[in-house]
Amino acid sequence: MEKFVLKYFNLIRTIIAILIGFAVSVLILVIVSTSSIESIKYLFLGPFMSVSRIGNIVELATPIIFCGIAIAIPFQASQFNVGAEGTFFISAAFGTAFALIIQKLNLPGFIYIVLVLTFATLFGGFWGFIPGYLKARFKANMVVLTLMLNYAAYFLSIYLINYHFRDKSAGFLTSYRLPENIFLKQFVPNTRIHIGFLIAIASVFIAYYFLYHTTLGYEIRMVGFNFHFAKYSGIDVFKVIVLSSVIGGLFAGLGGMAEVMGIHRRFLWQSLPGYGWDGVVVAIIGKNNPILIMFASLFLAYLRIGGRVLNLLSDVPFEMVGVIESIIILLITAEAFLENVKYRITVKEAEKEVFKNGSLS
Amino acid sequence: MDPFLKSILSTSFLFSVLRVATPIIFPALGVAISALSGSVNIALEGIMLVSAFTGVVVSAYTQNLWISLFSAILAGVFIALLLGYFSLKLKADIILAAIALNLFSSSITVFLLYIIAHDKGVSSSLKSLVFPSVKFAFLEKIPILSGIFNNQNILVYIAFLSVFVYYLIVFHTPLGLKIRAVGQNPEAASSVGVDVVKIKLYALILSGVFGALGGVYLSMGYVSWFGRDMTAGRGFIAIAASSIGGNLPLGTFFGSFLFGVVYALTNFLAPLNIPSEIIQVIPYIVTIIVLTFYSARVSKEKEVGEE
Repeated sequence: MEKFVLKYFNLIRTIIAILIGFAVSVLILVIVSTSSIESIKYLFLGPFMSVSRIGNIVELATPIIFCGIAIAIPFQASQFNVGAEGTFFISAAFGTAFALIIQKLNLPGFIYIVLVLTFATLFGGFWGFIPGYLKARFKANMVVLTLMLNYAAYFLSIYLINYHFRDKSAGFLTSYRLPENIFLKQFVPNTRIHIGFLIAIASVFIAYYFLYHTTLGYEIRMVGFNFHFAKYSGIDVFKVIVLSSVIGGLFAGLGGMAEVMGIHRRFLWQSLPGYGWDGVVVAIIGKNNPILIMFASLFLAYLRIGGRVLNLLSDVPFEMVGVIESIIILLITAEAFLENVKYRITVKEAEKEVFKNGSLS
Repeated sequence: MDPFLKSILSTSFLFSVLRVATPIIFPALGVAISALSGSVNIALEGIMLVSAFTGVVVSAYTQNLWISLFSAILAGVFIALLLGYFSLKLKADIILAAIALNLFSSSITVFLLYIIAHDKGVSSSLKSLVFPSVKFAFLEKIPILSGIFNNQNILVYIAFLSVFVYYLIVFHTPLGLKIRAVGQNPEAASSVGVDVVKIKLYALILSGVFGALGGVYLSMGYVSWFGRDMTAGRGFIAIAASSIGGNLPLGTFFGSFLFGVVYALTNFLAPLNIPSEIIQVIPYIVTIIVLTFYSARVSKEKEVGEE
């Protein structure tokens, strides 16, 4: 038992953090809601009540998975690049513009899709290059740079769509509709789960392979693990900082365009959708490991859909979920949380070993 | 003279510069003092939101400015203490903990706003108070200065005063000396008996107080209501402002002032028929450029120092 606890300590700690988050949410619902039992049921079971809601979980998890990977790759190098939010947005905007411009070429569907997704992905890489280069070359603060770039991305995208690609017949601020042959197919009946989800899953494994089985991935992790050691053992830190940002940007760009082509079919955001910040949340919960990030994204999406059901059917607002999320991340990032438990178990185990080996004799 | 230039050179332009610079000066001082102690506080966004919200709600219920001010400061310090507890005691990365606290503040304020006022957007249904504007009789007679400095909200003057208080704390108190020592070399400070964790915590508390004042100004001076995510990134702009100013009192003030100028320009350029998005993007681009230049200069100095 103790050995099991030690081996899976991080996982157990994460689960305990989540359980504490759940306990707090139950407590809030008991205090705030007039029909607490019902509300608790909506929050936790609501997301599984119908096929379309389960579909909603997968739909919502899709962009979060992309952004989670986009955040995790620079985070692995200890670069606090929180630019996925803006990269996702501006790549979707420029990708939509690109798709509308080359519409006249009447390309066959598959080539058209690949071309547009590639363009948006590369655009994301370009947007990721900016903070990566400024950080590596001038040592500018990565968090501040990427925060500012998020705002810049937002205003530039809105300008591009509203002034140059606005569909004036739509009755609201949005781009022209994309042509039908570029849609990513929604392949599960009664839901909007689309091909983008499969691309997200593929991205998870590509990112995992990249981080843990390639030289550059190793270098990225090494820079994050010990900057000076990495530097003096001959790793090109400049290259690692720039490329980790660029590669993160690629995934965010791909995710942004896939979301437009799979769900909305036009660029209709008028404010930042927040997937980049969700990406930070899942990267923290998933310890920057793409596979764990995939599960964390599904979990976060489940929590959000629960919040939406709660918002819809009870007297408790959706924002409660944000409170719960923040408690969970705080506990997970707190390295000393439960550390004394681990310490005690380790000591006990060590004592046992000593007795068993009979080293008293 | 060109009518555009005329409007920029008018006293009302400088008046509005001070007005919009104030909610950056406060959090910038907050960032600066935490940065001096060696850990940058990026939770000012959350601290301001929570204080702005607390000020409005408490003033609506008590109709007393002093009690609302006091509770708003307490609320801001509470968030700063949480940040301190998680980063210093529980060894969380301070950036990640701050991101979590920003999310927490943004959610809890909207959540409580809905519970209290049944509105998720603004608090206009609450009868909250605002801090008064001040008219100085002696300024009346001076033509230009009066137009710029007179009739500002009292918190604008407190922002100026705070820069001075910041200077006093940092350079003329034992605490300030310890904060700088801890920031420059924690091991050395610790070896002469300074409790590093405690000093960092004090710096965070001060940072919470400055941030809280910024929040109070936003919801009880700049405007007269609390709005969802009303800080709109000022807590982040503040990081740029204080790093431009090297975390020094006057530098931080001028960094914030620079952003005030850009923001005020945004308003004054509006009639010029330029798409508003293009004008609104300027402050962020300016931040990126200035921050890059500043960092390049500092890192060069450091390298020279290392040789």
